[in-house]
Parts: sequence; structure tokens; C-alpha cells
Amino acid sequence: MAMKLPTVGETPAADREVRVRTVSDLSVEVVSDSGEGAQKCGQIFGAVSAKMGNGVWTVEIIPAEVEPPPRSPAGASGIRIRLGDTEVTNWGDETDVAVAFNEQVLLGRHRLGGLREGATVLLESMWKTHPDPDIQTQYRAGLEELQEAGYRIVEVPMEEQCLTVVDNPRRGKNMFALGMLSWMFERDLDRVREQIAQAFRKKAAAVTERNHRLLELGYAWAADHLGERWVVPTMDEDRPHLVMNGNEAVALGAVAAGLELAAMYPITPATSVSHMLGDVFHRFGGVVHQAEDEIAAAGVAIGASYAGKCSFTITSGPGMALKTEFLGLAIMAEIPLVVVDVQRGGPSTGLPTKVEQSDLLAALFGQPGDAPHVVVAPATIEECFHVMTTARRVAEALRTVVIVLSDANLATGVAPFPRPELLPAWQGGPPEILPVPDGMAPYQWDPRTGVSRRFLPGQAGGEHTVTGLAHDERSKVAYDSSINERASAMRSRKLAAFASTLLAPDVNGDAEGGDLLVVGWGSTKGAIEEAVSRARAEGLSVSSLHITFLSPLPPGLAQIFSRFRKVMTVEINYSDRKGDPFVTETNRRRGQLSWLLRGATLVDVDCWTRVMGEPLRPARIVEALRDHMPVAELAAAGAEVAEL
Amino acid sequence: MSESCSLLHAALDDDDRVFEMADYQGPVARWCAGCGDHSVLTAAQRLLADEQLRPENTVFVSGIGCSSRFPHYMKTYGFHGIHGRALPVATGVKLQRPELDVFVVMGDGDCVSIGAAHWIHAIRYNVDMVALLLDNNIYGLTKKQTSPTTPQGYSSNTQPLGSWLPAMNPLEATLGVTNASFVAQTAEWVPAHLFATLKAAHAHRGFSFVRILQRCPHFTPDIFDQAVKDPNRVELLEHPEGIAAPGLEKLYTHRIRHDPADIHRARELAEDSSTVRLGLFFRDERRPRYEETRELPHHSAADKIEVLEEMFERYAV
Ligand SMILES: Cc1ncc(C[n+]2csc(CCOP(=O)(O)OP(=O)(O)O)c2C)c(N)n1
Ligand code: SF4
Ligand SMILES: [Mg+2]
Repeated sequence: MAMKLPTVGETPAADREVRVRTVSDLSVEVVSDSGEGAQKCGQIFGAVSAKMGNGVWTVEIIPAEVEPPPRSPAGASGIRIRLGDTEVTNWGDETDVAVAFNEQVLLGRHRLGGLREGATVLLESMWKTHPDPDIQTQYRAGLEELQEAGYRIVEVPMEEQCLTVVDNPRRGKNMFALGMLSWMFERDLDRVREQIAQAFRKKAAAVTERNHRLLELGYAWAADHLGERWVVPTMDEDRPHLVMNGNEAVALGAVAAGLELAAMYPITPATSVSHMLGDVFHRFGGVVHQAEDEIAAAGVAIGASYAGKCSFTITSGPGMALKTEFLGLAIMAEIPLVVVDVQRGGPSTGLPTKVEQSDLLAALFGQPGDAPHVVVAPATIEECFHVMTTARRVAEALRTVVIVLSDANLATGVAPFPRPELLPAWQGGPPEILPVPDGMAPYQWDPRTGVSRRFLPGQAGGEHTVTGLAHDERSKVAYDSSINERASAMRSRKLAAFASTLLAPDVNGDAEGGDLLVVGWGSTKGAIEEAVSRARAEGLSVSSLHITFLSPLPPGLAQIFSRFRKVMTVEINYSDRKGDPFVTETNRRRGQLSWLLRGATLVDVDCWTRVMGEPLRPARIVEALRDHMPVAELAAAGAEVAEL
Repeated sequence: MSESCSLLHAALDDDDRVFEMADYQGPVARWCAGCGDHSVLTAAQRLLADEQLRPENTVFVSGIGCSSRFPHYMKTYGFHGIHGRALPVATGVKLQRPELDVFVVMGDGDCVSIGAAHWIHAIRYNVDMVALLLDNNIYGLTKKQTSPTTPQGYSSNTQPLGSWLPAMNPLEATLGVTNASFVAQTAEWVPAHLFATLKAAHAHRGFSFVRILQRCPHFTPDIFDQAVKDPNRVELLEHPEGIAAPGLEKLYTHRIRHDPADIHRARELAEDSSTVRLGLFFRDERRPRYEETRELPHHSAADKIEVLEEMFERYAV
């Protein structure tokens, strides 16, 4: 049981001993009502920490509404920053230190299990003496609940302090909080000032100046009143790094990939890619076309691809559903197209701001008719950058659709990655508009690979009409049905040919085999690998493997699987649990990757999945691994037998 | 542009090819005998020859329907896409390659029903292209279902007791959209007028919307019957700035003077469906064109890398 800890009062500096703790890994959270700038505070803190040489991963905590009711547990808006003395690949488990602008949002985080027992919490104390007696009552009740939960609560008069510098404390508390955190984590103040100036570069200089003063105020207050400081040792990293979130990486990756037209319709959590491109794309001759809907966005991208260089469209689940028919057309007419799906919780409007990996099977099989195409999932923010070049090149080389499956975790997660060395070749040249040699057909399929060279408008002698109807090499409508069989084979063969160029994935752990192999895809890689290394440290024989290309699958999976006693996927999508009412081995609805792998390998691939609207926590995965070890399962089954 | 003028252009472009109508003709069209689509195809081929458009620089984009088979029968580039979505594709083509001549062919189901959202927005984008609505007041390809333009009371396979609602009027709708820049109506059974209208539409810089009344002898043989047989049921819009189709004066005696700059009058004329009006309802060359506002200079790979490196600095640690 949690014990009740005393509230730390405002102890004068002289009587205080400051305790400094060195840890290798720690998470900090800033939570507020929407619009109070907690995210800005955390972003700056994260960026400075990365610059100082910490491993960093930040995630935003985003409520579903723009302005949810203030002081409500469900309206918690904020950010979590995980710091490490080595590379941090995921958001971790619970939070160790939190700054909260009111007790209700903190309760929201507490009730979701977001805070570690014994966590230090800096809580705005203005509510204690608020003119509204109801708020005072809420505050006292909330405080009690939080104290009972075992947190170390420090009440901080944030508003009172901020009012010494600004008129509207709603605009400024975040910088005061940044100041407190900067003291607690010994952040280099010059770097913080620089980062603030950078973050507010579009605003008037006075804004930066005011924020600097708030920062210094928070820093000084903490130095005078707080008793805990943390040191997270930094790495000596000589290589230059970039710090950004996955959507920014997709946007800049698209530029590096030579993509020049992005067609989109706003949808969370994909939109920020187009915000970023809207800001910078014109400097590269690029255009962001905001279409009337997702269908039109796909159509514009396809029209542009048809007439020249490959274009792309960005969306999330509901938008993917609308684009479906157009994707089928692009696949049928062999028009290159890159589609980025930043997945969120579904179905329908689902959890618009929260992570899920539930679009995999729809991305693979969601187009009516046989529609072979490529699906690739970046696993890290670095991969979000590089995947765009891969996607464009593969789309153009294979004349098909490449779907990139990112998700809300990558979209808003911020982490450093090695600064890419940009190559002009990634850009791809402008298409050559030369006359077409006599006798060449628009779909002159290479019978071995199914690949053919497309003609663009402007190429004399290449005139033809592309069509979504079944067609032959000359793009003539296939009134003879045997043509359809052959053309289908050619489109499918492109994937097999491409798969032959992929490498078997590496096993993280024991390549020779063992008790359990965990298979993941997409943004869960960091959490899975961290969990696997913790489990291995406990002595469990667990390894993992991560799949980047979901269509076509890489070679060698069945052979790798055969070396393990048990294979299971870990995913953020829904699956029935064994033992749920009416659920049998046959009717059990499984994790989406496990469906796919069972079909492809004939191995009885199990799964452990969760749809909690948050990234997976390594500690939870470790628990799942313990439960799913073949030995543990045998023991559980044995216990059941013994009970009978 | 006159023929000699186009020829001169071709010569200046260092291209001495001269195109005959046959150079634009693809395989034999598979529409029913007597289908109005045949005349539109001929008119389009005549226009291309008249303007000496290079086949390789001309793109016909369509949706799905009888009328949308159109590109297959042209010897230009063509894009036969999906039902209702020709306009976004055409917009993409023009954004990527503004120098191409783009024609869009749609049916009434294609444009006015399933593609209505794109139609409204394409009018507003005002991208330079010619959009042809081949309006036979019925779904042809899928065999006689009611379309939004089917006359009220007209029986179909989906509404055998007759269409329940008054027909939608595509001219009225188009003229109601902000930034409309060219709106005309013609009929495929008046080839001279059809050709003159296509010519004016092509000459217009912007989104030229042309509704073509099109007979479907297979499913709606009677719908335009009266107007076809009795020229007095047709009224031609006349104006020095309008569409001039020489030789029609004798046959079509009902004429009305309408200045295509007058949008209010254009709306009134479009709204009144007591008579079939052919001609230019509205034209405004000064409306902004989306592709023009979005046209960007080409950047070399080296330039782009330089700017990207500069942007990286913002994120550098
Ligand atoms: C998404 C979709 N829905 C329905 C259809 C079936 N369909 C094909 S053409 C058509 C209507 C054709 O009517 P119209 O657009 O007026 O063209 P017409 O054949 O009369 O020239 C329909 C409903 C389709 N191809 N795709
Ligand atoms: S069904 Fe009607 S529209 Fe279609 S080809 Fe025949 S006549 Fe023309
Ligand atoms: Mg029709």
C-alpha cells in the first residue's frame, strides 16, 4: 500500500539540504489545461537535454478536443520527456517527476497509471485559495487522493510568482516551469535561453525576452525552495544529431526524397506533416495541395504522378478508407504513388490523437480486387526521415503504390538521430520527356520481374490511355479474359521480384534460437527491444525481430521462427485474449501482424496486444513476456489440470 | 487561333508536323449507333486539328460511364480513371505540368452526382482546362438509372414511377460557385454550335465548363426529342463577346442577346428551364487560376540540399 507522505512546504534555502541523485534513466512530465503551453515547455526541455548529450524521447499528451473543459482529468494536455544516459528509444514506463498546473489534470494522469509511486510532483497551489469555494474543495480532495497515492507533492505558487513578470499568467507559467526543471536537472541556462529564442522566433522579440525572465524566475525559485536535483549523465557523442518529431522527419524526408507535391486533407495526427511542409516546401519548389477531401487528395497526387515525378498524399485511418478506390486505380494503372498513413486509434473516429497500429491489414488488403502494392513501416524517427526516399524510389521503380505506416507515437515523439548526409541522388532527376522508340508499349512487362517503363504525357509516340479497366500491354481494354490473368501476374510479380532484394531481418538476442521470439513492426521497436533486454537480464530466453516491409514480407521468416519454441507478436491493436468468453483457437481475433505471419509462415504465431491509447510501456511488455514464456504457459496449463 | 497561326507556332517550335483530324483518331468508338457521344468525339478531334494541338501534349481525363470511354477513342494521352473523380486527377496533371492541354470528359452521374464535391471545387480552383459534361439525363453504362439531371417524372429502372424530384440544373449550380470563369451550354445535335463552343472553351484561360446536351438513343430516346425536332424550342444566346456559330441563324430564329460579362443575367437565364438555351452564359478572364498561384520555379538537387542543410540547423544538436 502507498503510504501518506507529507507535503513539502516552502522551506527557506538556508535550512535546506539539497539532495542530488544520479540516475541513468528518468521521466519528467508537464501537464496542464489545453492552451497553457505545457508542450512548448517540454519540447524546449527535451531539445536542450538532447543538445547536452542525453538520450531523449518526448511524447505529447493530447486531449481529443481543442479546448476541453478546464481543470478536468480527461482534459490533461501535456508532454512527457524521458531522459537517459544512453540512447532512449521509447517513452518508458511511469513518470518520476511531474509539474502540474492544476490538481485535476494530475489526477487524470494518476488514474491512467502514468505516475510512478513516490514520484515528485510540483503542483500549482493557487487553487487552495481560489475565490470559488468549490474549486478549493476540489483542490483539497484532489490533493488528498494524490498524497494517498504516495507522491511527494511540492505546492508551488506558480501564478503568484509569474504575476511579478506578466499580466496573464496563463501565458508564462510554462516558462516558469521550464525554469524549475532547468534547476532540478542542472540544464545549461544559456542553452535553454537559446532554445527559447529559437522556439519563439516567429514572435516579437519581446516575447522571447519575457520568456527569458520567466525562465530565470522559475530557476531562482527552485534554487531557493526545492530540495532535490537529478543528474542524468550525458554521452560523449561527436556525431552531429538532429532532434525532431516523426512528422517533421517525414516532411523533411519528403524533401530529401525529391517529392514535390503533397496532396492532403487535414486529419490528426497526420496534419502536422503538411503544416511543416506548408512552411518550407515552397523553398524547394514544392506544393502542398489542400484538397476538398481525401479522395480528391489521392486523385491530385495520382494525376501529378501520372504526369511526371511521383507525388504523395498524407492521411490517417479515416482518410485511408476514403482513398481506397483511388489506390486500386493507381495499382491497376501502375502509377507510382506514396501514401503516408499516420495511424491513430480506430475504427471510425476512434482515438484521434492517440496511437494505434490497427491499419495494417486494411493497408495490405483494404483495396477491393487483387491489388499488390508495397507497405513499409518506419520504426524510429530516423526511419521516418529515410523511409520517404525509399518509398519514392520503390514506387517509381515498381510503378506502384507504397504505403508508409507511421503512427501517433512517432508523429509526436521527439528524439535525436544522426544527422543524415544528404545525397543528390535521393532527389531523383526530373523525368525525361523524350520520344518513345517505335513499337514500345506502355506496359512492356518484363516477364521475369513484371516491371515496365512508363510513358509520360509529352513523350511523342507514347500516346495511350491509362485505365482502371483490365488492360493489355498497350493499355487496351482487355475484352479477352486471359489477358487479365497475365496482367494480374505481372503486377503481382513485381512484389516477388522486390522481395528477392530484401534481406532477412536481424534477430535481436539469440539468432540461434531460444524459448520465445517476439515479433513487432512500426513504432513499438524501441519498447520491445528494451523489454527484451530487461527480460534477458532476468534470465529469460527471449529474442525479438522487427519487420520493416510488411508487403512484401522479407525472406527467411519461417526459418528464423523454426528456431524458437514459441513466436508471438507484440502490437498496439486489438486481439481477443485466450479464455475470453466464446473465444476459441479458431475464432480468436488476433493481432494484425500475427494474422499475417501465420498465413505467411504456417507457424502458430501468438500475440499480445493492447489498445490503451498510449505507446506500449516496456515494463508491461516484460510482464507479458514472462506470462507468455512457453514454460510459464505450460505451468499455467498444468495448474489448471491440477485444479480439475 | 486561326489555322495558319497555329501552323506558324508549330514552325517556330521547330516542329514541322501538321496534324489532320485522323491523327487524333483512336480505335473505332464502341458507343451505340446514334449515341450523341460520337458527335462530341468528332467535334473534339476537329478542334484539336484546328488548333494543331500536339497529340503528345494533350491529355483527356475522364471518370466512368459511357461518356468516360472518350479518351480511349482519342490518339492523345488519356486517363480513364474512376467514377466521379476525373477532376482531381486533371487538377494534379495541371499542377505538375501546366503546359499540357487538359480536357475532362464526364457524364451527368459522374460529375453532378458522385463527383459533385470535386465539380464545385474545380470551378473554384479555376484551373485552366476544358471540362465537358456529357449530359444524357441518365446513367447509361449501368443501364438506365435516374441521375440528378433526369427530368422529374421520367421513369428509370431505379425510379420506375418516375423521378421523384425536380432535376438538378448544372448551369445554375456552376454559376453559383465563387470564381466560376466560363460557363456554356451546347447540344451535340448542333455540330456547328458544339464546335464553336469547344473552341471558345479551349481559348479561355481557366476552368471552362461546358454542358453538352447529349442524346442517349438507347435509354432516353425521347428526352431531347422536341428540342432536336423543333428548333423553335431552342434559344441561342448572342453577343459579340459570345459564341458565334455561323450558319445557324436560319434554323434557329429564337435568339436572345446576352452579355457574358453579366453574371446576374446569366443566372436568371440558366435558372429558367422553360426553353433550351445554347451559348455562352458567363466568361471572366480575370479570375485567379489556382495553378498559376501555385507555380513554383524548379530547384536543382544541389540547391535543395543547400536549403535543407540550412533547415537542419534548426534541429541540430
Ligand atoms: C464507385 C462507383 N460506383 C458506381 C459505379 C457504377 N457506375 C458506373 S458508370 C455509372 C453512372 C454512369 O452514368 P453517367 O455518369 O451519367 O455516364 P453515362 O454512362 O450516362 O455517360 C455508375 C453508377 C462505379 N463504376 N464506381
Ligand atoms: S447507352 Fe446511351 S449513352 Fe451509352 S453508348 Fe448507348 S446511347 Fe450512348
Ligand atoms: Mg449520363
